Amino acid sequence: MVVSGHSNWPEWIYVGVVIALLAYVGAEAWNVERIVEHAPAEAEVIKVIGQQWFWTFERADGTKEVGELHVKKGHPYKFEITAKDVNHAFNIHDYVILQDAIVGRTNAAWFAPDKAGEYTIQCREYCGLLHYNMRATLYVEE
Amino acid sequence: MVLELQKPRPIWAIMFSTHHTDIGLLYLIMSITFFFLGGALALGIRAELFLPGSQVISDSMTFNRMFTVHGTTLIFLFLLPFASAVGNYFVPIMIRYKDMAYPKLNAVAFWMIPPAGALIWLGFADFTWYATPPYSSIRAPGPAADMWIFGLKILGVSSVLGAINFIVTILKCKHPDLPLSKVPLLAWSFLTSSLIVLVAIPSFAAALVMLLTDRLGVTGFFDPARGGDPIAYQHLFWFTFHPEVYVLVIPAIGMMYEIIPRFSRKPIFSHSSGVFAFVLLSAVSFSSWAHHMYATGMSFTEKTVFMVGTLAAAPASAMHVFNFLATMWGGRLKFTTPMMWSVGGIALFFSAGAGGVANSAMPFDFITHDSYWVVGHFHLFVMGTIAFGSIAYFYYMFPYVTGRMYNEAMGKVHFIMSFVGTVMVFFTQHVLGLYGMPRRVFDYIPLPEYVVMNQIASVGAMIIGASMALWLFNMIYSASKGKEANMDDPWGLGGKYYWPHQAKNPHH
Ligand code: HEM
Ligand SMILES: [Cu+2]
Ligand SMILES: [Cu+2]
Repeated sequence: MVVSGHSNWPEWIYVGVVIALLAYVGAEAWNVERIVEHAPAEAEVIKVIGQQWFWTFERADGTKEVGELHVKKGHPYKFEITAKDVNHAFNIHDYVILQDAIVGRTNAAWFAPDKAGEYTIQCREYCGLLHYNMRATLYVEE
Repeated sequence: MVLELQKPRPIWAIMFSTHHTDIGLLYLIMSITFFFLGGALALGIRAELFLPGSQVISDSMTFNRMFTVHGTTLIFLFLLPFASAVGNYFVPIMIRYKDMAYPKLNAVAFWMIPPAGALIWLGFADFTWYATPPYSSIRAPGPAADMWIFGLKILGVSSVLGAINFIVTILKCKHPDLPLSKVPLLAWSFLTSSLIVLVAIPSFAAALVMLLTDRLGVTGFFDPARGGDPIAYQHLFWFTFHPEVYVLVIPAIGMMYEIIPRFSRKPIFSHSSGVFAFVLLSAVSFSSWAHHMYATGMSFTEKTVFMVGTLAAAPASAMHVFNFLATMWGGRLKFTTPMMWSVGGIALFFSAGAGGVANSAMPFDFITHDSYWVVGHFHLFVMGTIAFGSIAYFYYMFPYVTGRMYNEAMGKVHFIMSFVGTVMVFFTQHVLGLYGMPRRVFDYIPLPEYVVMNQIASVGAMIIGASMALWLFNMIYSASKGKEANMDDPWGLGGKYYWPHQAKNPHH
C-alpha cells in the first residue's frame, strides 16, 4: 500500500490489533463449538416435528407429546429436528438450543437439563400466520 | 451550479430528461418518499409491540405484511436509490465528464423502480424480506407474493444497469488527466459497490425465477417432495445479499469521506488506505454468506469456514473507522449538521461492527440468531450507519441542489433526536435478543423484561419519527424559503465548497 506523504505505522499497528482480536474470537468460538457439538452416546433420542403452528415430540418407544415435553433433570437428550410443511426453528433459549426444522432434513441438537422447572420452547423462524404463537412448554422434572 | 429550484422548469422537463443531475434529482425525491412510507410502517410495528397482545393492528397477517414491506422498501427503495441519487449527481462531476456514460440507460434504470415499488406496495406480501421456501413457494398468499417476486426482479435488473453505468463512467469516461488513484473516494465507493452488484445479483435473480416457477407448480427446485432442496434457496439468496449489505454500506462510507475531511479542515488521512479498504471489502464480501445459516444444520467444517470468512471482512471496515478518526485528529472540526450526522454514523458503525463480530462467533450465534439481537445488529448498520451517512450527505448537498440553506438549528435537533432514538431502539433490541425474544412476532410473552425493553424501543422509534417529521418540514420549507446559500462556502469553512469547486454543470 502506497501511503501519500506521511507515515502510516499507527494504522498498521491498529490493523494488527484488530486482526489479533478477531483471531482470538475465532479460535475461542471454534474451540467451544467443537466441544458442544457432540452428543454423548447415551443420550436419549427425541424426535421433534415442527408444523404450522405446533410442535410434536416422539420418543423411540413410540410415545408422543404435543405442545409439551417432559424430561428428567441430569439426563442427556438428543433432539432430531425436522418439519412437515414449511421451515421452523426449534428453540429452547434457556438451554441455548436452536436448530432449524427443515422439511426433508433432520438436524440434531442435544442438552442435559440441570435445573428442574418450566421453560419456553418457541419457533424462531418465520412460518406464517401464527408463527408468533408457535410455542410449547418444556418440563424438567427431578 | 445546479440551482434546481431557483430556475423552475416544468416537471416533465425533469422527468423526461436523461441528464445525470436530473436523474439524480428524481432518485433523490423518490428514495426519500419511500423512506417516509417505509418509516411509517416501522412506527406501526413499534406501536403494536409497545405492549403484549394486539394493540393497533388487529391481526398477525397484517403485521407480517407490514414488516415484510418495511424491510423491502427501506433496503431497495430507499437506501439503494438514495445512493444512486448521490452517485448520479456527483460521480460525473468528480471524474470530470459531462454525464453518465449511458444517459438513456440511466433513465431506463431509474424508471424501472417506481413500477417495482408499486408492485411491492400494492401486493403487500408477508413472507419477510428473504422469502424463504417452502413457505414462500407453497403457503404465502398470492398475488401479493408473486407481485413481490416481480418487483424484486425488476429492481435487480435496474441495479445491474445502474452498476454497469457507474463502472463504465468511472473507468472509461474519467478525464485523461485524472489517474484512477486520484479519483475521489466517493467515486471509488461507487466503482467498488457496482462491481459487487455485478457479481452478486445473478444468483438471487436465478433464485427468484425458480421460486416463481415453484409457486406456479411447474417445478420443485426448493420442494423436498419433488426432490428439491429448500436450503439451496438460502445459499442463492445469501450469496447475493451478504455482499449486498456492502453495496449499501460502501457508498455511505464514501459520502462520509467527502464530509469528514471538509469539516475537519484537513485532507483525508490516507486516500490510498481508503481505496485499499474498499477493494478489500468488495473481495471478502463474498466469503461469508452462510453466516446467516449456521442453524440450518451445516457441518462443523462449513460453519468454521464461514466464520473465518466473516471475521476476515472486519479489518477493512475497521480501517475506514481509523481513517475517519485519524482525519479528524488534530483537525479544526466544525460540528454543523452534516458533520454531526457523519460522526454519529461512525460511532454507530463501530458499535454495529463489534456486535457483528460477536455474532459471527458460531456458538454465540445460536443465542442471537433469528432473535431481536439480529434486528438490532443490522439496523445499527442500515439505520445507524447507512441512513445516517445518507442524511449527512443530504444536508451537505442541499445548498448545491437548491441554492438555499437548510435551517441549521432544526438540522441539529433532527440529528440529536435521531441519534438518541437510534440508541434507544437498536441497543435495546440487542439485549432483547439475549433474553430470547424471537424476531418477526406480532405478540410476545408478557415477561416484565420483554415489556420494558419493547417500550424503550417503541418510545425511541417515536422520537426518530418526530425528528424525521422535522426533517421533512425543514426540507420543504428551506428549499423554497430558506436563506440563499453562499455557494462558495455555505458553512463558512474558509475553503472552497465542492470538489472540484469550479465544476460548471453544462446543462444549466
Ligand atoms: C457492513 C455493514 C453490515 C451490514 C449492512 C450488515 C447487515 C446485516 C443484515 C441485514 C443481517 C440480517 C439479515 C436478516 O436476517 O434479515 C445481518 C446479519 C449478520 N451479520 Fe451483518 N451487516 C454488516 C456487517 C457485519 C459485520 C462486519 C459482521 C461480522 C464481522 C456481520 C455479521 C453478521 C452475522 C454473523 C449475521 C447473522 C446473524 C444471524 O442471523 O444470526 N455483519 N447483517
Ligand atoms: Cu414455526
Ligand atoms: Cu451477512
